[in-house]
Amino acid sequence: MKANSHPQLLVHDKADNVGVVVVEGLTAGTDMLCVCTEDNSDFRLTAKADIPIGHKVALKDLKAGDTIIKYGEDIGKMVGSAEVGGHVHTHNLKTKRW
Amino acid sequence: MAFDFTQETVKAWRRENGRVGVRNHVLILPVDDISNAACEAVANNVKGTMAIPHAYGRLQFGEDLDLHFRTIIGTGANPNVAAVIVIGIEPEWTKIIVDGIAKTGKPVEGFWIEQNGDFETIRKASWKAKEYVHWATELQKEDCPLTDLWVSTKCGESDTTTGLSSCPTVGNMYDKLLPHGLYGVFGETSEITGAEHICVKRAASPEVGEKFMKTWQSYQDDVIEQFKTSDLSDSQPTKGNILGGLTTIEEKALGNLEKIGRTSTYIDVLEPAEAPAKGNGLYYMDTSSAAAECVTLMAAAGYVIHTFPTGQGNVVGNPIVPVIKISGNPRTLRTMSEHIDVDVTGVLRRDMTIDQAGDALIEMIKRTANGRFTAAEALGHREFSMTKLYRSA
Repeated sequence: MKANSHPQLLVHDKADNVGVVVVEGLTAGTDMLCVCTEDNSDFRLTAKADIPIGHKVALKDLKAGDTIIKYGEDIGKMVGSAEVGGHVHTHNLKTKRW
Repeated sequence: MAFDFTQETVKAWRRENGRVGVRNHVLILPVDDISNAACEAVANNVKGTMAIPHAYGRLQFGEDLDLHFRTIIGTGANPNVAAVIVIGIEPEWTKIIVDGIAKTGKPVEGFWIEQNGDFETIRKASWKAKEYVHWATELQKEDCPLTDLWVSTKCGESDTTTGLSSCPTVGNMYDKLLPHGLYGVFGETSEITGAEHICVKRAASPEVGEKFMKTWQSYQDDVIEQFKTSDLSDSQPTKGNILGGLTTIEEKALGNLEKIGRTSTYIDVLEPAEAPAKGNGLYYMDTSSAAAECVTLMAAAGYVIHTFPTGQGNVVGNPIVPVIKISGNPRTLRTMSEHIDVDVTGVLRRDMTIDQAGDALIEMIKRTANGRFTAAEALGHREFSMTKLYRSA
């Protein structure tokens, strides 16, 4: 990876289906450099929405009922849908606990 | 390069009981809420002292009273404290606090207000406080091994960046220092919810894991199930967590647990404010996830430096323990950098490794032990919050 190429999206684990925006002011249409912190591998993905720093992005098309994996672990289920590159947060993701 | 942490030393105070303190406070400690005014008056009379006013201490009973006493005694007994003036409304509970602190061997004297009034109490206590200040300010620091320190952790105003950067920074520090003699502690029972199945596996033995699960389950049964409205009463994740991108309690818990690193295991489960008694290593403490309450309990257990990862920017401090803030969120560093001691935004940019971030934190622990004020100390953050288990009588 080039020294000055800072990623826009970080993913914890190869098994994850969401990543985290790590820059401010990310706009829809941005061609994001995405890095998996587990092995430093990278890939590219186009953001489909303006997504705030710290918020999650779908790495594949997700539909209601799908389990969301982050840190390689189950963090809840989709209650709405998100297209690949779309925003995943409280509007479409909920804990399975309550 | 393998760094030899056993050779690292800090300049600190070796107390009467052998523990190492990194601050040298003379405390004016109220037993109860109605003695706050007298304590504050003494602290105003005698410079170099600090009063720690708090909200409770009357009509408590049972386990709740035990916790109150443990917290007050533990605060006075902490190695960051050189000497203590205790003031209560009446002599008996005052004596319990004084006797508890005196076990450390440090100077401590109690005063009570009934049959003296505030004026006479303040007069007598001020004379003793002045004597303690003269004595404490002549105590010399000495070289102490870095790994003789007790270092606690709890994160706050977490977001998705804490799980990626500041929490694993603390975990890396623990993985490096715990094997050489450091005492560590983590807690936040409500915030482990969602990752309890992972936390239980990090116990040093099945018995310790069982003790953890019992603590966690009793919190679920006695607190959550009794009082919850919806998703942990709309408090976990907090509104700040959600703004920062955290969606579910599971996601928050997994980020939180990054603080115990990759190799560390915890050797015992502590009651709130209970001092560790099984030797050096990592401990789990049953605490609230509210920052000031948790740091207060860990300080009362004897920890002398607190490491505090934050995402959205929690500003908490403690009266007697320096709280080191670590953040990797570039927006937080841009908008409220006066609160942050260790900047690990490089981890998100991928130009700083977790290993380098851990070293930066260890360096800041050394500087803090040697006397550098943390951001929270410089800004006057002295939050002291008692944990209360149930209503007073």
